Amino acid sequence: MHSEIFDQFRAIVGTGGLITQPEQLHTYECDGLTNFRVLPAAVVLPATTEQVQAIVRICHRERIPFVARGSGTGLSGGALPIENGIVISLTRMNRILEIDIANARVVVEPGVLNLDVTHAVSGEGYFYAPDPSSQQVCSIGGNVAENAGGAHCLKYGFTTTHVLGLEVVLPDGSLVHFGGKTLDRPGYDLCGVFVGSEGTLGIATKVILRVVRRPEAVQTLLAAFDSTNQAGAAVSGIIAAGVMPAAIEMMDNLAIQAAQAAVHANYPDCGGLLLVELDGPAIEVAALMAQVREICASSGAWEIRVAQSEEERAAVWKGRKAAFAAMGRISPNYIVQDGVIPRTALPEVMTEIERLSAQAGLRVANVFHAGDGNLHPLVLYDRRIEGQEGRAERLSFSILELCVKAGGSITGEHGVGEEKKAFMSVMFAEPDLDTMQRVRCAFDPERLSNPTKVFPRPRLCAERPGPYQPHPLETAGVAQFF
Amino acid sequence: MSPSSSDTEQAQAAWDELAAIVGPEHVRPATSADAVDGVSAGRVVEPGTEAALARVLASANRAGLAVVPRGGGTKLEWGHPPRRADLVLSTTRLDRVLEHAWADLTATVEAGSSVARFQAALAEHGQRLALDPLWPERATIGGILATGDDGPLVARFGSLRDLIIGVTLALPDGTLAKSGGKVVKNVAGYDLPKLATGSFGTLAVITQAVFRLHPLPHETRTLTFAAPAVEPLCELALAVQRSQLAFVALQLRTTGSGPSGLDVGFEGTGAGLDAQERVVLRLAAGVTRADPPPLVWRAREELWRGEEPAVTAKFGVLPAELAEFCALVREVAAAPPSLGWSLVAQAPGVGHVRLEAQTGDSLVAALARLRTGVERRGGTLVLLRCPPDVKARLDVWGSPGDSLPLMRCVKAQLDPAGLLNPGRFVGRI
Repeated sequence: MHSEIFDQFRAIVGTGGLITQPEQLHTYECDGLTNFRVLPAAVVLPATTEQVQAIVRICHRERIPFVARGSGTGLSGGALPIENGIVISLTRMNRILEIDIANARVVVEPGVLNLDVTHAVSGEGYFYAPDPSSQQVCSIGGNVAENAGGAHCLKYGFTTTHVLGLEVVLPDGSLVHFGGKTLDRPGYDLCGVFVGSEGTLGIATKVILRVVRRPEAVQTLLAAFDSTNQAGAAVSGIIAAGVMPAAIEMMDNLAIQAAQAAVHANYPDCGGLLLVELDGPAIEVAALMAQVREICASSGAWEIRVAQSEEERAAVWKGRKAAFAAMGRISPNYIVQDGVIPRTALPEVMTEIERLSAQAGLRVANVFHAGDGNLHPLVLYDRRIEGQEGRAERLSFSILELCVKAGGSITGEHGVGEEKKAFMSVMFAEPDLDTMQRVRCAFDPERLSNPTKVFPRPRLCAERPGPYQPHPLETAGVAQFF
Repeated sequence: MSPSSSDTEQAQAAWDELAAIVGPEHVRPATSADAVDGVSAGRVVEPGTEAALARVLASANRAGLAVVPRGGGTKLEWGHPPRRADLVLSTTRLDRVLEHAWADLTATVEAGSSVARFQAALAEHGQRLALDPLWPERATIGGILATGDDGPLVARFGSLRDLIIGVTLALPDGTLAKSGGKVVKNVAGYDLPKLATGSFGTLAVITQAVFRLHPLPHETRTLTFAAPAVEPLCELALAVQRSQLAFVALQLRTTGSGPSGLDVGFEGTGAGLDAQERVVLRLAAGVTRADPPPLVWRAREELWRGEEPAVTAKFGVLPAELAEFCALVREVAAAPPSLGWSLVAQAPGVGHVRLEAQTGDSLVAALARLRTGVERRGGTLVLLRCPPDVKARLDVWGSPGDSLPLMRCVKAQLDPAGLLNPGRFVGRI
């Protein structure tokens, strides 16, 4: 990249807002998925929307690809830089702009941390519902890009449910507004399309969030079963009884061991552990918790505890939230996956994961958002042993294929990013992907905004819209798109 | 293309092709009953499968026929009148519930199924699609999705966009594309179910949808309060929203003549309902409790009945500014020549208002004032039912905002010839 381009960036953000030294650029070479690394040409740190616009205008003029980045905690390589491209880091745009308790709205810049939104409104008895495990460090901008979930989205919905409006810098540098503080605004739901688009449609510079009133009572039940299948049966029983918990989480024995080793979670040593959280009016919660207790007992739970106080609850959750990081205690390396299955397919899928795990000679720990079928299998391996990493990758991908075969998805909350783009063709047919890419062409015809992510094959926006036409080499069986 | 010009050879060939796709018995000349908001239609085509529907679209696209998709036809008058309506594409025959995975709390349904029929099928396993749109007996799944019509339960379960998890779209060029999936949690690819929701059939025809479901409630209870003036009820509504009550619906009803009402809906166990009732009554000290009117949660349907000429419009305001909005409506309606009016806010900040007047002129003047007042405070006012002379003089959608050029780009990508519901949407898309 020419030095005069750097000068132009410097003129916008000042000397302190531009990073070009390789040793400093290494900080940005990957996100939470560390096995993909690319050094960007530069990192630019704007502090205002106008600066973001000015930077993106230069990128547009010079056809420089850019990747927006929040806290860099993503687990699918969505914020992986692009060679010869720049990273636009939004960490300096970290102001909470407005707190409107009367209307339960908070307006923030993208660099604001997820948990800081809750901190800003908790004094008024409100909270921000999406709660990814990284909520202490992940940013709202990143949450918007990935449509972040969390344990409590079973009841409260995902990031997309809680984002009512956006200010967005489009890939040509123009500024647009989607949605707003009021509901049901006329026009296409571009806010809904943008959330979860993994940085491929532009950069959000302002986000209007909905916050939620804290419920009167919260109770968390912990139940120990001999197997995940038994625990799964209890989940089915709870759903069938018409109970809608705020969260249902499950861990298998290996995950429990790791959590014990890492944070002394005081979990019973069992084959399948279930956490069920109910919230709402106190009397309602008490009545439903009695029912959940009964269902767990009749499904074979041999130990049941109900955390009543905030401290007890925090202790119960500590092990679960630390589960990924805890793997380091029982394995030098691990790959975390994010497949989704129809909840009822759990027993067959678990059996198959066990078979695949034995076949590969690698251990798999399992942590699930059991209520909505979101599996986080953790494939454990040792990079120092030759061939293990490759086997671990193949095993984790086989698990994703298994999820799609069971009628599910390759990602429930981590995003497709760089890591799983080849798997989009497993889940979607070419016309499906082509239709999504047409939408992308409306936003980013020059393909500058995080252009290499999400889709296995980029669509050239000058292509005439129309049904997917296979390349002659494909029809001849000579080549295949992945 | 008008029916008379369809006599040309080329047009006849196009109609023959359509008849060959769906069977001649499923193509008929349109009657006056098929007119779309005053625009007469050419023919009505009723495909029996999703694949046939896609082929009809492709064929119509090649022949340059403007297509108006139609479900139950309950909301055809919403939006601007189409520029043309060569072909009404009816989804009536696509009415199957394809799958009810009750243990997974999801269901897949074809677009032409009526909402009531779908709900009846779900109820067999004690479940429901947790929304309550207008005229559920006739309104179809495709129709409520295209118009984004949900109802009071949004207060607890979210709106349609939060409940739809997958969709199949038939594009004008005949592409059938799926997006989303059959699982509640899924972030693979763009969220096209949301793009389709509320897009008024201008991007694609929805052929089937997958929804997340909720259990039918153990018990329900509605508490109704009445007052001569709306202000104490608005205050009570705000107090309920600020409380820790787990209400599922909160509805305000008011009118230019007569008392106002506030309805608070709850679901849960008997004990839980009793406890919540006690809290509401404490918050409502000084406000008179009343019996809920019959079909209380369908109150907004009344806004489509009564003296003509009248306009029924949808409004969106900040939840805490509902009282100001009611005052604005009252003030606008009181200006001579005074107008009759009634209003139902079926959810916090969202509702419908009806204005009745002697002449179109006074309706136009009142609506223009009302819209200015609402938009100044960041809200929206969209005209739904509206006499043609009023529609001709006001944009039914209001200010489209700065994303209109991008919306046009999205339209151009999915419907480059501009033949799906031409002219009906925001910015005459």
